[in-house]
Amino acid sequence: MGHILDDRQKQVSVAGANERTIDCNKASLAGSVSQRACVFCGSRVVLYPIVDALHVIHGPIGCAAYTWDIRGSLSSGPELHRLSFCTDLQERDVIFGGEKKLYNSIIELIDKHQPKAAFIYTTCIVGVIGDDVESICRQIEKIKNIPVIPVQAPGFQGSKKDGYKVACESIFKLVGTKNKPFTPAKSINILGDFNLAGELWILLEYYKRMGVHVNATITGDGRVDDICNAHNAALNVVQCSGSMNYLAQMMKDEYNIPSMRVSYFGIEDMSDALYDVARFFKDDDMMEKARQMVKEEFARLMPQLAWYKERLTGKKAAIYVGGAFKAISLVKALRLIGVESVIVGSQTGTTEDYELIKQLCNEGTIIVDDSNPVELSHFVKEKHADIFIGGVKERPIAHKIGLGFCDHNHERKEPLAGYEGMLNFAEEIYATAMSPVWKFTK
Amino acid sequence: MVDTKTYTSTRNSCKLCAPLGASLVFKGIEGCVPLIHGSQGCATYIRRYMISHYKEPVDIASSNFSEESTVFGGSRNFIAGIDNIIKQYKPTVIGIASTCLSETIGEDIPGHIRSYCEAYKGLEKNLPTFIHASTPSYCGSHAEGYYNTVLATVKTLAEFEKTDNSITIIPGMVTPADIRYLKELMDDFGLKYTLFPDYSETLDNEYTSEYQLIPSGGTPVWKITRIGNSKAVIEFGNVFNKGVSRTKDIGSIQSAGEWLESELYIKNYQMPLPIGIEASDRMIEAFKTLSGKEIPEKHRKERGRLVDAYVDAHKYVFGKKAMLYGEEDFVTALADWLHEIGVETFYKKGADFETLREEAENFKPDFLIGNSKGYYIARERKIPLVRLGFPIHDRFGASRIHQIGYRGTQELFDLVVNALIEFKQENSPIGYKYL
Repeated sequence: MGHILDDRQKQVSVAGANERTIDCNKASLAGSVSQRACVFCGSRVVLYPIVDALHVIHGPIGCAAYTWDIRGSLSSGPELHRLSFCTDLQERDVIFGGEKKLYNSIIELIDKHQPKAAFIYTTCIVGVIGDDVESICRQIEKIKNIPVIPVQAPGFQGSKKDGYKVACESIFKLVGTKNKPFTPAKSINILGDFNLAGELWILLEYYKRMGVHVNATITGDGRVDDICNAHNAALNVVQCSGSMNYLAQMMKDEYNIPSMRVSYFGIEDMSDALYDVARFFKDDDMMEKARQMVKEEFARLMPQLAWYKERLTGKKAAIYVGGAFKAISLVKALRLIGVESVIVGSQTGTTEDYELIKQLCNEGTIIVDDSNPVELSHFVKEKHADIFIGGVKERPIAHKIGLGFCDHNHERKEPLAGYEGMLNFAEEIYATAMSPVWKFTK
Repeated sequence: MVDTKTYTSTRNSCKLCAPLGASLVFKGIEGCVPLIHGSQGCATYIRRYMISHYKEPVDIASSNFSEESTVFGGSRNFIAGIDNIIKQYKPTVIGIASTCLSETIGEDIPGHIRSYCEAYKGLEKNLPTFIHASTPSYCGSHAEGYYNTVLATVKTLAEFEKTDNSITIIPGMVTPADIRYLKELMDDFGLKYTLFPDYSETLDNEYTSEYQLIPSGGTPVWKITRIGNSKAVIEFGNVFNKGVSRTKDIGSIQSAGEWLESELYIKNYQMPLPIGIEASDRMIEAFKTLSGKEIPEKHRKERGRLVDAYVDAHKYVFGKKAMLYGEEDFVTALADWLHEIGVETFYKKGADFETLREEAENFKPDFLIGNSKGYYIARERKIPLVRLGFPIHDRFGASRIHQIGYRGTQELFDLVVNALIEFKQENSPIGYKYL
């Protein structure tokens, strides 16, 4: 295993009953070319889809420029989230402090855009130069009468996952601050769907058909007022648990709201999510509607998926994505269309996630935490993968070696969640696996 | 007139940060792996931005600062980072760019490099060459980062032994296709040359079937070293890294060409990026002087065809209004070219996209020229966007856009003319098929 750095050996394992537990939750190794980003990135991507809030980045320009309009999170209304605001600190600000610049920036932007709340992200150097962002936020809150929330996210203070936690803390400051006149008893909050390519709207339609009221969506197509009222829901349904579990936990501790972990990728997990919600409310009618819907969707989908399975059986896939819980759903979804996963990895998975993957996958499947191009390119060669499922940074690894690629990144333009999403997923896998161009790469 | 208020904040930034420019230069050195000394996110964001534009692998290492390194200094992470890069990549060069974080806490990167090398006393030959560029993102943009890194590399490596017959060409932030064209042109003039930085292959490689840990191509270190022996330098640009003053060394910032001229007495032919006939003529004149040869027939004919194309299509562009944005050296060259064909231009130094969007209300452009991030303005105004510059994230082929010299200008001219004709045709009630 010469291609794996000594200090990373324990972050790689294989599926099989007697294989050792993987090491994870560690800082990336310096010089390893990790595919991860930073604390700031973690907080930014989670809060980004709150569409009627102002997002201001306090720091030099890079962090703001690279996260402008970064996610394909759609809005059914305001699009303030798609604008990138930054104090763009210059050398003299670094020397003399950037507080005044921050204060003026926020005031002007609130006046212009009339947001429902403002998130003020601090980046690497803000803590170092000693700007008191908390106090500026408090001052402006008083003047402008909206929540102005500091998001303390210097990149060096941990990993992307720590940024998720920072985002959860920021969201939690809003929760419980407003009571809407009426919230139905059988209502849920959707946590951890970011409405990429309109995926949230697909889920809303399913829940509507079951008779479940969706109270707040956190954060896909998110609204500040809904989040303020989120404590009135009966249940938190959490997808992307890596980013949102912490918020669910805080809401349980403070407001006694139970939560459940679901995934909306692949038809098995999608159906389980709907059944679990119906089971929680102990509502026979709801359960019956869910069963009926699943039946209809299966009847529609299965023949089409069978067509793909017939053609894709025997293909091998490599998966490397942000969260391991998503990877688990992908393994199942791929299996449904005849594709075996031979490498499964993530940037931020937990021990439990990786143990699940170990049990789920065929013996010998490589399991990896916080990998890098050197390792991934070796693994796909070693395992003779045909298709790679990942994000922007994995694409050139796949393409240079001659592998098909399916983009499961947050910029995607086709929904991959829900029943429709499963079909799109199968179609994309088919298109990339079966293209005639591969004859030139052999 | 629509009132355009000025804002304290930057709204939808046009510029990117300095370490990105540094990374681009380092990708133009053979056998080089860039290391960004700062938080993990800096390297990852820059990789993502460059990969989406070039559609090529872009491996950039990070020293991955932690809370501890921020308080007690980043030397441990620096050493571990270098160790791990050497183990995984076996590079011949490591290009180190600083960040806002490492600069603010006062990291002494040259000191780190010295201590690292001292630990290998006697075995230095086995170590890669280290190049360090100071690129905090609070000083200028990716363009300043680019030029600072070109200068830092030349200062670090160039040595004078004795003047030879070669020339050095420093083209600036051009495309891989532009670099390939320049090499062809200099070959056709029979010139011996060093082109730096050369990312024409590292960032636009052929299909390899292997993941090359360090993509082939780039200017070799030994050639950069011999830049000191060149009889002349040609560098494209007017502004370089002089748009921003550093508190540390006000007034002393030079371009690489100026440094070579003042320190090593190499004649510097500094000229605008050769876009348009007049600017290209100027480049060709320099090549004629330096080679002692007349313009090769192939290139003379390309000029002739370009004049012919100007004549054929002049009415479709005359009097049109273009709004431009991007790196200043690129935009000023584009503006000169557009004036050459009768197009009126608008450019506002240092403006962000929201300011441009507001200015467009007054200027009322017929089309935009710039990277893909201005698309939302073009979409809102229902006018064409001619995609040039960096980044182009919503199209393929950014590396293959050729924009300099007669041939490149010809490609740009056709792009602009056809964008305007297509716009007119699409908006016409008659579905005509001829002009």
